[in-house]
Amino acid sequence: MGDEAAQPASILVIGIGNPDRGDDAAGLIVARQIRNEAPNVDRVLEHTGDGTGLIELWERATLTIVIDVMCSGAVPGTIERFDATLHSVPAAVFHNSTHTFGLHEAIELSRALQRLPRQLVVYGIEGRDFAMGADPSPAVKSAMGQVVLRVLQEC
Amino acid sequence: MTRHPMRTIKVDALARVEGEGGLYIKLKGDQVQDVKLKIYEPPRFFEALLRGRNFAEAPDITARICGICPVAYQMSAIHAMEDAFGIEIGGQLRALRRLLYCGEWIESHTLHVYMLHAPDFLGYPDAIQLAKDHPAIVNRALQLKKIGNQIVSLLGGREIHPINVRVGGFYKLPVRSTFLELAERLKWGRDAALETVRWVATLPFPDFERDYIFVALRHPQEYPFNGGHIVSNDGLDIPIREYETHFAEQHVQHSNALHSVFKQHGAYFVGPLARYSLNFDRLSPLAQEAARAVGLGPVCRNPFKSIIVRAVETVYACDEALRIIEQYEPPESPFVPVHPRAGTGCGCTEAPRGILYHRYRLDQDGTILEAKIVPPTSQNQRTIEQDLEDFIPKFLNLPEKELKWQCEQAVRNYDPCISCATHFLRIDVERV
Repeated sequence: MGDEAAQPASILVIGIGNPDRGDDAAGLIVARQIRNEAPNVDRVLEHTGDGTGLIELWERATLTIVIDVMCSGAVPGTIERFDATLHSVPAAVFHNSTHTFGLHEAIELSRALQRLPRQLVVYGIEGRDFAMGADPSPAVKSAMGQVVLRVLQEC
Repeated sequence: MTRHPMRTIKVDALARVEGEGGLYIKLKGDQVQDVKLKIYEPPRFFEALLRGRNFAEAPDITARICGICPVAYQMSAIHAMEDAFGIEIGGQLRALRRLLYCGEWIESHTLHVYMLHAPDFLGYPDAIQLAKDHPAIVNRALQLKKIGNQIVSLLGGREIHPINVRVGGFYKLPVRSTFLELAERLKWGRDAALETVRWVATLPFPDFERDYIFVALRHPQEYPFNGGHIVSNDGLDIPIREYETHFAEQHVQHSNALHSVFKQHGAYFVGPLARYSLNFDRLSPLAQEAARAVGLGPVCRNPFKSIIVRAVETVYACDEALRIIEQYEPPESPFVPVHPRAGTGCGCTEAPRGILYHRYRLDQDGTILEAKIVPPTSQNQRTIEQDLEDFIPKFLNLPEKELKWQCEQAVRNYDPCISCATHFLRIDVERV
């Protein structure tokens, strides 16, 4: 039980989300597909997005790829890739959790503490429907497949 | 005739509180005319969601009200169901529940102390800026919070929304050797918590106190997590079942969260300051000494010093967790038999933010017919507004930006969990 990495991974993929909230499950579903299709990825984790826990997971990885839903106002299903190694990811876009310590805060706190992985990439999928118990919307489902392909290419 | 200028202070989105809330304050000269803590996070309808569900589902459903204090929701739900079925849990199973609660207090208090509240006192906009100047302090916080998460994960099966908790006990129990490894980390954690007390005690605190009505649980022997009576500092001492005789919820126009009032008294105060002030003698000797060493007496009425009290409670939680682990022997079964029956059950446990009350009415099969959940933040809303009414006049000479900051800090004293507070709203629909 639990999704905490016990050993450092060279390539780490983390899907962030809530399985019970519609589009917010996208990161988790992408992670599951990558786990099935990419044996060269050392570790694939499904994570709730608690920022303080993310820092320890990725700090010793060579490459970490994070997939999460974003709320930027873009068309649902829009995919954005952020290289967070040198630059921040937009706070408001990834602040869609009820907890103040989400992905943006985890990245910036890691940067302040010099605990970032060597390379950190974030894939955001624009979500729209977050109803409790709902499935991801068709636009987000389509985007999930594209993100899987792109992540597999990066690994 | 002197005309007093009108001033309005608005904080549209409070930073560093869990959830979404805003603040509205109207001033005329040096008089506070109006204070509103606005909760605009949508209501969650959990009480309605629970109707028609089986009693065994209540811990898993209510855990999803909050990701920071799911254990509190599970424990209050479980105690309410056990109350309805006439079940009493004691011995090692009860000790393990307290251990689980220790984990939640450690992780919740540590997050709030270091990441949400301490930046206020040091003039930082957030913990990220604090980390740039004080990396060792923030790294200590992350490590300490992790220990709390590990307890919850070990016993609850998962860090967020535990899955190993059930009416009657647990689904599965860890072996003793797993606890021994955790104990070593807790010893470090206890030292880190003591250092936290010493550190936060050096922060600059406004000179502000009010004559609060504190309300908390009180147990014959224990510092309260679960079990005991509901007491106040003005003489209340009632069994949990009598909560609704003395406390009521009211809808206010400016908030999606219902306000709680102590009947015939009005506003009241739940959470660490209330628990501490009503139960100082129940803290472990080490936690008491940590408080005394930094000049904290057995009662604290300065809400800004809640950060010290949370640190003291973190010391207690580490101490208590170690005590439970040291005497742990696995019970014969992870749970006691549960036989549902028709009736009503009440449960009240001490979430990190204060007392959390649940009541359920069940049919003979254990199906939930009615549910009522009163979170601690609902109970503190009016007190928060009254704090601001008293606080603001003392600091009107501050520049606007600093005054706004102080107001936000005053709200953060309560570590409000706004997501929990908006659990239910009765909606009347008129179609014309």
